Amino acid sequence: MTLPFPILIIIVPLITAFFIPIVGWWRRGLCYPLVIVALSVSVVSSIAILHMVGEQGTIRYYLGSWDPPWGIEYVIDHLNAFMAVIVSAISLLVAISSKRSVERELPQKIVYFYCLFLLQVTGLLGIVVTGDMFNLYVFLEIASLAGYALIAIGEDGAPFASFNYMIYGTIGACFYLLSVGYLYVVTGSLNMADLSTILPRLYHSKVVLMAFAFFIVGVGLKMALFPLHVWLPDAYTYAPSAVSALVAPLMTKVGAYVLIRIIFTVFKPSFSVAVIPATTILSWVAIIAILFGCILALGQTDLKRMLAYVLIAEVGYIALGVGLANKAGLTGAILHILNDALMMACLFLVVGAILYKVGLRNVHQFRYLHRKMPITMAAFTITALSVIGIPPTCGFFSKWYLVLGAISAGRWLFTAILLLSSLLNAILFFRVIENVYFEPADAHHGGGHEEISIDEAPLSMLIPILIVTAGILSLGILSGKIISSIIEFAVPPGL
Amino acid sequence: MEVVSSIRPILTLLVSAIAAVLILVTGERRRNLRELWTVLASVTKFSLVASMIPTVLAGKVIESTIMDFSPGITLQFRVDAFGIFFATLASALWIATSIFSIGYMRGLNEHAQTRYFFCFAFALNGALGVAFAGNVLTLFIFYEILTIATFPLVAHKETREAIMGGRKYLAYLLTGAALVFFSMGLAYHLTGTLDFVGGGFLQGHGSDNLLRLLFVTFILGFGTKAALMPIHEWLPTAMVAPTPVSALLHAVAVVKAGVFCVLRVVLYVFGPQLLSHLNLWLILAYFASFTIIGSGMLALAQDNLKRRLAFSTINNLAIIVMGAALLSPSAIIGGIFHIAGHGFMKITLFFVAGAIYVKTRKENISELNGIGRTMPITMASFAIGAMGIAGTPPIVGFISKWYLCLGSLEAKEIVFMFVLLTSALLDIAYFFPIIYNSFFNRPKGGGNSGFDEASMLMVVPLSVCAIISVILGVAPDAFFHFFRVATVAARNILGMG
Repeated sequence: MTLPFPILIIIVPLITAFFIPIVGWWRRGLCYPLVIVALSVSVVSSIAILHMVGEQGTIRYYLGSWDPPWGIEYVIDHLNAFMAVIVSAISLLVAISSKRSVERELPQKIVYFYCLFLLQVTGLLGIVVTGDMFNLYVFLEIASLAGYALIAIGEDGAPFASFNYMIYGTIGACFYLLSVGYLYVVTGSLNMADLSTILPRLYHSKVVLMAFAFFIVGVGLKMALFPLHVWLPDAYTYAPSAVSALVAPLMTKVGAYVLIRIIFTVFKPSFSVAVIPATTILSWVAIIAILFGCILALGQTDLKRMLAYVLIAEVGYIALGVGLANKAGLTGAILHILNDALMMACLFLVVGAILYKVGLRNVHQFRYLHRKMPITMAAFTITALSVIGIPPTCGFFSKWYLVLGAISAGRWLFTAILLLSSLLNAILFFRVIENVYFEPADAHHGGGHEEISIDEAPLSMLIPILIVTAGILSLGILSGKIISSIIEFAVPPGL
Repeated sequence: MEVVSSIRPILTLLVSAIAAVLILVTGERRRNLRELWTVLASVTKFSLVASMIPTVLAGKVIESTIMDFSPGITLQFRVDAFGIFFATLASALWIATSIFSIGYMRGLNEHAQTRYFFCFAFALNGALGVAFAGNVLTLFIFYEILTIATFPLVAHKETREAIMGGRKYLAYLLTGAALVFFSMGLAYHLTGTLDFVGGGFLQGHGSDNLLRLLFVTFILGFGTKAALMPIHEWLPTAMVAPTPVSALLHAVAVVKAGVFCVLRVVLYVFGPQLLSHLNLWLILAYFASFTIIGSGMLALAQDNLKRRLAFSTINNLAIIVMGAALLSPSAIIGGIFHIAGHGFMKITLFFVAGAIYVKTRKENISELNGIGRTMPITMASFAIGAMGIAGTPPIVGFISKWYLCLGSLEAKEIVFMFVLLTSALLDIAYFFPIIYNSFFNRPKGGGNSGFDEASMLMVVPLSVCAIISVILGVAPDAFFHFFRVATVAARNILGMG
């Protein structure tokens, strides 16, 4: 039996994206509510699907009623449903908060912005629901092309950063497409489930090995895995605030999702771990990514750019969990996809709010900010603690599983570096927190502070920030529940 | 052991969390209301803790489980004798400190008082969570809350010195926490559980050398907070904090939480049997002795009163650790009891330092000549606290030292008795000159010698703490049943029912 929810998740934002230019030509003010409605439908359907998957297991939807492997099939198991909820929920929250900043930063381009925004979300959602390799490519490109355009409408350096991103992204897409082609040549199939049953016989074929390598490079480029991250810092720094808040948490996470799918579903662990040492290489790359991201972030004074480097390190965490290829590690990686999506969304939303309200992004100029924007900065502090990995915030729990994974894999060096990176993150974020909260001592002679009145960000920005922060605070404690009801099933058997 | 389910441990924690929020919302404009929240919360918290004492004394354990984290780990509070011991101490002293804080902060017209009281309430939350935690992961959560909540208190003054002190504090404690994190992961990997068991749960898991490594990382990790030498440096530096912070957090909640965690690891994770099998107890005891003697000598060299007290704290924390490391019944009782005894005496001393600073802005010992003439109650309390720490009967310090000396004889390691006695002599050497000079020397250049005490909000808490130190010395079970609780805890650990 096929149910309409899988297709609703993506068809609603897709169709709405086409209607937005028309509606916007008539009434510009209608774009924003339309986006919110469309994304709300996606959120509701993805939550419904997550619920259904929890009750009846994997859901399959045949597009146009063509049976797989000939037709395109949407397969939604626990991992897909989980990803779909993350992507749709975060994009809804970012969309809500985008209203004021888009009006301020891009007054002439509101209509096109929202059209592209929806296309980007469609692409991201499509990637996570499809069960077809080529269809995945199509959505990957929809998301990427929309991303290039969205980033390019940012400030001064944006077109160049976007062009740079486009070149890297296109190379990544080429690699991905080539390997889909290779697999098609040897198997005659594009369906993931079908491929995973055909491939084991061909594991030692050179073509398959080549295809696997190209996959990893292609996806590595899209998810900004070190050393394929070079496009990321510029692109996310110069993008408009609403765009960085959308792509930073989601694009890399969706890339990580594709990586997990390819390594553990299309190819089986028996291939990715045993036939070639892919996961070992991946974990070494990831550990360098973590160190590299944290250390380079130390050198930044622009908060947005610093966060971009932190993001590279966070991608490293996820890749490390995948690369450890054991149950605890992969649990940590999948949990970190959720946690990091929340943390990055919150941090970039806060950066957007600060930019909107006071126009500052150099951390040394943040003095007194805790009195102008107490709620925003409280949210920032909580999120920062989560990135560092201080319990009971959620960041601690994914780190806990990653450390457990590293210990049970007997990788002492990785364990040490994971812990070291926490300390580096602590330096990074406490530097900002000090600048925000502490005032020069001579400014308070004997108790008197100069009066600084509260000047908070508008509610449309504050509410999404608060929702995400509440998530960061509560999902850590609830992580046991998330793991036992979702992630357990997403970890492939035999790990 | 009988287990009672109850939500009282959770309520106890919620009290200060709610108070923290109320404090933040009330703010500087209505400061009397804000202070009311602090005082109310501290009294409520203490009564809740006290209401659990009889149950624990009856040999029961109070449990409340909130959530499953992963197989074998839950977010769980489990109030046993050792936990209730620390909780009683921390919550009782919070009442005294709250009142003292109000006098101190207003007396100095300090800035950012809302933040101060907010963080204080949160820090207490952390300390009580540490006390009640039923497994290492829950303990770690609250351990970190305590670390983070204390950072703004250490850096409170926001001078360059204070901020550097705060940074040093964080650098030490977060590194320690990272080590604990690793040890926790390793312990879980080895055993599949993290629940505290009196007598330890690690026995029979992993190779001896792996367990030795685990012990070292655990002790170094928690030892940073317990200020064991040579990882103690943050504590004297953190003395830039306002005095009530030094009093409660650096003599009671923070460092005692560190010691509490070390003892939990020694007695409830590894356990006496495993430690004697691994031959680690003697090494830990020598390590602690090194700290005891070293910090005593360093204390002699300090002129800043609070720094001298800080080194004395380091000295006493190591005495507690040594008691646990000796693994003999009397030593464990003495070590646990010293947590409380030292808490009351040291908080008196810090309060005195605070009262002197508010009244005269003097921080150095060399400036204190004749201060006993103008502030007789304050300095008399100081004398009681100082003599107690040196182990003079009938003050509470004597009892714990007596049991510790007995314990070292029971363990057949007489060396440690000499360490304790040497440390007592050092205590006298660095405290008695202060007492002498303040009462019998004249202040330089004459000056006022009339009666001129600090505000009653400060004098009352400090003299009450001094009096309690004496009462506890005469009747160790008075008010809080500290001694009986310590005995019950020691029995649990040694498996004597």
